[in-house]
Amino acid sequence: MPPPPIAIRVATEWLSARARWQPLEVVFWLVAFSAIWLLPERHLILTEIAWLGLFALSLDLILGYAGIISLGHAAFFGLGAYTAALLAKYGIVNEPVLAMVVAGLAAAALGFATSFLVLRGSDLTRLMVTLGVALVLRELANRYGWLTGGADGLQGVTIGPVLGMFRLDMFGHTGYVYCLTVLFILFLLARRLVNSPFGLSLMSVKGNPLRASAIGISVDARLVAIYTVAAGYAGIAGALLAQTTAFASLEVFSFDRSADLLLILIIGGTGYLYGGLIGAIVFKFMQDYLSQLTPQYWPFWIGLVLVVIVLVGRERISQWTGPFRRFAAHLSWRTLRRRLTVSPGEGH
Amino acid sequence: MLTILFDGIAYGMLLFVLASGLSVTLGLMNFINLAHGSFAMAGGYITVILVNRIGVPFFLSLPIAFLVSAAIGFLFERTLYAHVYSKPHLDQVLFTIGLVFMSVAATDYVMGSSQVFVQIPTYLQGQFEIAGVGVGRYRLLIIVLCGLLTIALQFILAKTRFGSRLRAAVDDSRVARGLGINVNWVFSLTFAFGSGLAGLGGALGAEILGLDPTFPLKFMIYFLIVVTVGGTSSITGPFLASLLLGIGDVAGKYYVPTLGSFVIYTIMIVVLIWRPQGLFARAASR
Amino acid sequence: MAVALETVGLVKRFGALVASNNVSLQIAKGARHALIGPNGAGKTTLINLLTGVQKPTSGRILLDGDDISDKTTHERVHLGIVRTFQINQLFGDLTPLETVGLAVSERRGQGLDWWRVVGSRPDLISEVVEILDRFHLTDVIDKRTAVLPYGKQRLLEIAVAIACRPRVLLLDEPAAGVPEDERHEILAAVESLPKDVTVLLIEHDMDIVFSFADRISVLVNGALFVEGSPDEVARDARVKAVYLGEEVADA
Repeated sequence: MPPPPIAIRVATEWLSARARWQPLEVVFWLVAFSAIWLLPERHLILTEIAWLGLFALSLDLILGYAGIISLGHAAFFGLGAYTAALLAKYGIVNEPVLAMVVAGLAAAALGFATSFLVLRGSDLTRLMVTLGVALVLRELANRYGWLTGGADGLQGVTIGPVLGMFRLDMFGHTGYVYCLTVLFILFLLARRLVNSPFGLSLMSVKGNPLRASAIGISVDARLVAIYTVAAGYAGIAGALLAQTTAFASLEVFSFDRSADLLLILIIGGTGYLYGGLIGAIVFKFMQDYLSQLTPQYWPFWIGLVLVVIVLVGRERISQWTGPFRRFAAHLSWRTLRRRLTVSPGEGH
Repeated sequence: MLTILFDGIAYGMLLFVLASGLSVTLGLMNFINLAHGSFAMAGGYITVILVNRIGVPFFLSLPIAFLVSAAIGFLFERTLYAHVYSKPHLDQVLFTIGLVFMSVAATDYVMGSSQVFVQIPTYLQGQFEIAGVGVGRYRLLIIVLCGLLTIALQFILAKTRFGSRLRAAVDDSRVARGLGINVNWVFSLTFAFGSGLAGLGGALGAEILGLDPTFPLKFMIYFLIVVTVGGTSSITGPFLASLLLGIGDVAGKYYVPTLGSFVIYTIMIVVLIWRPQGLFARAASR
Repeated sequence: MAVALETVGLVKRFGALVASNNVSLQIAKGARHALIGPNGAGKTTLINLLTGVQKPTSGRILLDGDDISDKTTHERVHLGIVRTFQINQLFGDLTPLETVGLAVSERRGQGLDWWRVVGSRPDLISEVVEILDRFHLTDVIDKRTAVLPYGKQRLLEIAVAIACRPRVLLLDEPAAGVPEDERHEILAAVESLPKDVTVLLIEHDMDIVFSFADRISVLVNGALFVEGSPDEVARDARVKAVYLGEEVADA
C-alpha cells in the first residue's frame, strides 16, 4: 500500500526545515562579518573570541553530539599551537594557512591515536584518561624545553603574511578577518556534518548506544571519527592562537583551558553548534570585565559562576536562551504553514 | 635504594589518607568530587596558621586540622553538595571545578601565593640510621600515623555498626534505605569524615608535598589516579594503589628525572585502558 | 526444512551461574517460533547471545548456515538478525521519522555520509513513511519519541527493527507494559509481519503465544526443556508443572 501523500509531504517539510538556515543564524554571521568594518578598535578581542569559539565548537562536537566528557581537550589545542609556532619559527612552513592545516592534521592524528582511550569505561575513566593525555603532553613540552621554550614559552616566532599577501598586524585587523574566515568555513563544514546521516547517527549514539548498535551502527567507529575531527578543529584553533599572537607556551595545555571551555559550553549550551560561539562571546567579555575588577583573582568569579550555574540548573539556563531558539523556530514554522496551505498542484 | 622505597612508602601512605575520603565518596554517592584537594589544602593551611603563627604544638594541631576540615566538609555537604547529587556527572564535575577555582583564588587572596612551610618540632627533623639506611624522622612519623589510620579505617568499616551501614549504603543505597538506614546521614557523616581525613593528610603532608594555593589543582590528578586505579569498593584497593603510586613517583623522579611525572601519567593511562574499572575493583553491580 | 537460525550447544556461564545450558535450537525459515519459560529461565540471555551483546562461554550460532559467533552486534544486524527490546530502547530526543530514517539509512550503507543533508533523498523518505504508515505512526511522525504514549513507542520499537529488513527478527515481549486498549495494535502489527521474515518471539502472555506461534520451545533454568507444536506443548504435563512450580521429574 503506497504511503499517504500528506504524510510524505509533512515528512519532507519537517526534514528540510530541520537543516534550513534560520534567519537568526544569518543575522549572527552578518553581524560577525560586519564587525570587520564597524568595530575596528575591538579587533583584538574579537580575534580571541573567534579562535576560542572554534575551540569550543570542537568540544561541542564530541560533548554535545557524541556525549563524551573530556577534561583534556586542551591537548589537541596545545599541539596545534606548538606545531604552528614551530613551523613558523624554523621557517619550515612560512605561510600561515598552510601551517594551520598542518597543525590541524597533527592534532587530528593525536586525536585518532587517543580516541580508543575514550571508547570504554565510565564517565570518570574518560575524564581521567583525557586529563592524563593533556598532562602527558604538558610534561613532554616542559621536558623538551630546548624545542618548546619550556616554561617561558616559544620566543622569536615570526608569522609570514596570510596567503602571502596579508601581513598580520598588531591591531588584529588582519587577524580577525583571518580567524573569522577560518571559523566560518569550519563552521559550515561542521553544520553540514551534524545535519547529515552521519551526524544523526552520532546523536543516536549519544542518546542510546545500545539501540544504535542494534540498528547496525558501529558505535566505536563513529566515536573515533568524530573524536578525530574534533581534535583537528581544536588543533586549528590552537594554531590560530599561536599565529595571531606569534607565541606559544605551556599554558596552552593547562587544565584551566579545558575547564574554561566547559564553562563556555555550559553558558552557551551544547548540541546546536552555536553554543560554543555564543558562550565564547559571553565568556570573553565577562573575563575582560572581571579581570579589570580584580586582575589576580578572577578565577574566583569564574568558579562562582560555575557553581551558581550548576545549582540553578543548566535546564533553566537553556530556558533563558530558549526564547531565541523558539523565535527562530517560530520563523520556520510560519514558512511551513505557508507551504502547506499551498494547493497540492504546486510543487516546491 | 631502600631510602627511596622508604620515602615512597611514606609518600604513598600519605596519598592514601588524602585520597581515601574521595574513594569512599565516589563509591558511596557516585559523585566525582574534584574539590577534594581543597579540603586537604584547608587542613594544611590551618596547621600552618596554628603552629607557625599561634604557637600551637604540632601534635595538637593535627586533630584540630582534622576537625575543622571535617566541619567545613559537613557544612558544604549539607548546603551545597546535597543539591548536586542527582545531577549528571558533567554537572558534578563543573560544580566541583568551580569550587576548586574559588578555593584556590580565595586562599591566594588570604594567604598569599608563595609556598608555606610548617615549623615541625626539632625532634622530628632530620634522619637517623637503621642498618645503614637513612630513615627520615618525619617520614617515619607519617608511616606510623597513616598506618594506624588505615587500620582504624578498616576496623571501623568491618567491625562497627556505622561501618556496616556504610558498606550497605555503598553496595545499594535503595535497599539500604529500605532497611531503615538513614542514608542521608551516612552520606553527610562520611563526607565530613573523608574531608577531615583529607585535612589531616594536608596537615601532615604540607612539609613533604609543598603547600601553596595551587595544591588542589596540582594533586587532583594524583587523587583521581588512586581512586580510579584502586577502585572504590574496598579499602585495600586504594591503599595498594597509593603505595604503588607513591613508590612509583618517588622512584621515577629519582631514577628518570627527565621524565618525572610523565611516567605516572602514562602508567595510569595504560592501566585504565587495560582495566577500566580499576586494578582492584570487584565487578561492579552498578 | 530450511533452517534460518541455529544454535549449537550454546553455553553461557557467569561464574558459577549457568545462564544458558547447552542450548541447541533450530528455527525454520519463515517460522513463527515462540520461546517461553518461567522468569529467570535465561530467555533474555539467549537473545543477548544471539545478537552478540554477550559472548557465549562455548557453542556456535549459525545464520542461514554461516557461523556468526564472532560477529559484533552491528555486524549481525547487517547480516540480517535484528531484535527488539523488552523495555523500550529508543532515542528519546529523536522523532519516529528520524529514528526509522536512521535505520533505513544505515541499512543502505549511507551511515558514514557526512555531506548529504538528511531528508534530501525522496526515495528514502518514501520508504520511511511507508514503514511508519504500516505501524500506524504517521500521526506522530514529527513528535519527540520521549513524549509518545507507551503503546506508540512499542510500535516504534518494532518498526525500527523492521526497517533494518531482517532475515530473522527476535521479538522480546512486544506487548510488555502496554495498556489494554493499545495492545491490539501491537498484536496486529506482529501478525502482519512479512511472511518471509523468520520470527522468534519471547512471550509470557500465553494467548499471544498460542495464537501466533507455529512452534514453541520451552526454556527452563537455561536449558531447552520441551519443544513442539502449540498443541503438543499445551498438553504436556511437565510444562504445566514447571509453570505451576511443582517438582519436575527428570525429563
